[in-house]
Order: sequence, then C-alpha cells, then structure tokens
Amino acid sequence: MGEVIVITSGKGGVGKTTTTANIGTGLASLGYKVVLVDTDIGLRNLDVVMGLENRIVYDIVDVTTGNCRLKQALIKDKRFEGLYLLPAAQTKDKSAVTPEDMKNLTGELKAEFDFVIIDCPAGIEQGFKNAIAGAEKAIVIATPEVSAVRDADRIIGLLEAAELREPKLIVNRIRPLMVKKGDMMGIEDMIDILAIDLLGVVPDDESIVVSTNRGEPAVLDNNSRAGEAYRNIAKRITGQQVPLMNLEVPDGLLHKFKKLLGFK
Amino acid sequence: MSLLDFLNRFFGKDNTTSKNVAKERLRLVLVHDRANVSPQLLESLKEDLIKVISNYMEIDENALEVNLDSSDDSVALVANIPVVRMKRINGEVEEKIG
Repeated sequence: MGEVIVITSGKGGVGKTTTTANIGTGLASLGYKVVLVDTDIGLRNLDVVMGLENRIVYDIVDVTTGNCRLKQALIKDKRFEGLYLLPAAQTKDKSAVTPEDMKNLTGELKAEFDFVIIDCPAGIEQGFKNAIAGAEKAIVIATPEVSAVRDADRIIGLLEAAELREPKLIVNRIRPLMVKKGDMMGIEDMIDILAIDLLGVVPDDESIVVSTNRGEPAVLDNNSRAGEAYRNIAKRITGQQVPLMNLEVPDGLLHKFKKLLGFK
Repeated sequence: MSLLDFLNRFFGKDNTTSKNVAKERLRLVLVHDRANVSPQLLESLKEDLIKVISNYMEIDENALEVNLDSSDDSVALVANIPVVRMKRINGEVEEKIG
C-alpha cells in the first residue's frame, strides 16, 4: 500500500506545482513507483512542468465520470519507468469532482503505487477540499513573505481540522543574502511562526525557470541548487536522514578575503 | 545611517529590519486569524473561566463576554464578567478548586 501526500499552500504562485513535479521525479529517480495527480481543474499546469503536455488523451474528470478507465488516463513519464501523471481537466470546473471521487481514486492509486503525490490548487474552496480528501499526509509550501506565511497558517489550521495531522513545511525561494541582511524571514523565523516541522528548504534559483521552460524538472539537473534541495527532500520523504544543504552564498569581497586568510 | 545603526543592521539585531517588521506584523495578524478560525477556542475558554470563577463568586453566565481586542502593537484578551454575588470564603477554596 502506497502513501498519499498532498502538496498545498493556500496562496498561489509559491511553487506547489514545481514542488510536486520535483518531489515526484525525485522519488521516481530513487526507484519508487510514483503517480502525480493534478487536481487544479480548469488551470492544468503539472503536465507542462513535467513536459508531458503532448501526451494527454484523457483526464481526471474522464476517470471520475466513468468516461475511461483509470489506466487509460495515466500518462507514462518519458524519463522514468515508474513515474506517471494523472492530468487535470482543462475545460471543466472544480465541481466536476467530489471529495468522495477523490477518496475512491486515491484508494485505487495507492494500491498500485508507492507514492501518490497530489498537486492542490490555490485557495481553500472546493478544489482544496477535493485535493485533501484522499490524502494521508500533507506538505505545506510557503515562501518567506507575510502573505504566503499567513495563508500557510490558515491552511495548517484547515488541514488539522480535516484530521491531516502534523503537516510538514517546505520553505521555498529563500534568498540567504537577504536573510543575512535582515530583509527576509529566515527558516527559524518561519518555523517559529508556523510551529510545524520542517521538511526542507529550497533556495531561490534561476535554474527553476530554465527547467520549467524545458519541461525537465530541476531535480534531474546536478548543477541546480534547487534541484539538490529537492533531491534531499525526496530522500527525507522515504525516511532517510539528510542534513539541510548549506545555503551560504559566497559573499563577494568578504568571502575572498576570508578565503585568502584561510578561514574557508 | 550612523555606524551603530549599520552595525546593528549588519548583525541583524535591529528591530526595524524589514524581516522583524514582517515577523511582528504576522504575529499580530495570526492571533486574530487563529481566533477567527476557531470560535470554539473562545467558547471553551469561556467555559473554563466560568468554572474557575464560580468557585469564588456567582456570575451572570449569559452576560459574560470574552473577546480579543487589538491595538497597534498588542493583542489583549478582554473579559466582561458581571458578578451577581460574592461567595463567603473561609479558606476552603483550595479544596474546591483541586
């Protein structure tokens, strides 16, 4: 029996879809059987981030309405044997799927896969309720901004009310230099405010834009700092103990000076 | 910016860094968000208050009000509890509470 994990944030644009794609691909690269489920009906995006947009025939609404069998709608990834995507419908609206549908669907999927990763839409309405209905664990994404942290706090409350206890936090798009200067909340600040366990920290990284342009998740790029962070997160999800990566950015002159003196 | 300001800022000890401003604003807004999300929290606090206070005095439970009140930089728990009658207390209070 596999594990059903929902990736959520409340606020839009903080990196839910990117995180879903990278965690899923990361787990698949470790040899696990993984299916990614896009529940953002009407605003389908996980397919383009994964680079699988040209292969879609059926979608999640086709499955829940009985228009096709589940196996027919699953899109096989081009890179990994055990990685699949169940795309969202683009032309329907969120009421096309019910929480009951999602429970059945995830129940069926976790019999086949080690991990069922659900990409949740932004907001706290129907789409959110659908996305969490069949989930057993939750990952909350927040960037170090007041709006994202506030929404994350709201989401954590709603998850706990829905019996999804102990959600884990991913701090996304952190900029260590700004934190150092006192112009951005740091990891400790966010854990202090949200009072949940940390699963990982992903630095703000231009390589994410490039990888999304190409439809190749950054987790596959060995030179990407964000990719490295996602590889660590995938390992932690499987139960491995991986220390947080060093976020220190070489600091221009001061760094060179220290290096010269042998401090680094 | 004076040198001291600069040093404080450099070492992150200045409360006016935008990070600390963000933390402080979030702290305040979340007190309210969390209370709004769970009115049952205020409700169970009310029940507990009634229980404790009833050991000392008779209060008008229906007129009891408990609210969170916020000013610019602090949040206060404001309770308005009408007292109907004081109880006679002869040192046996601890027993009752315990």
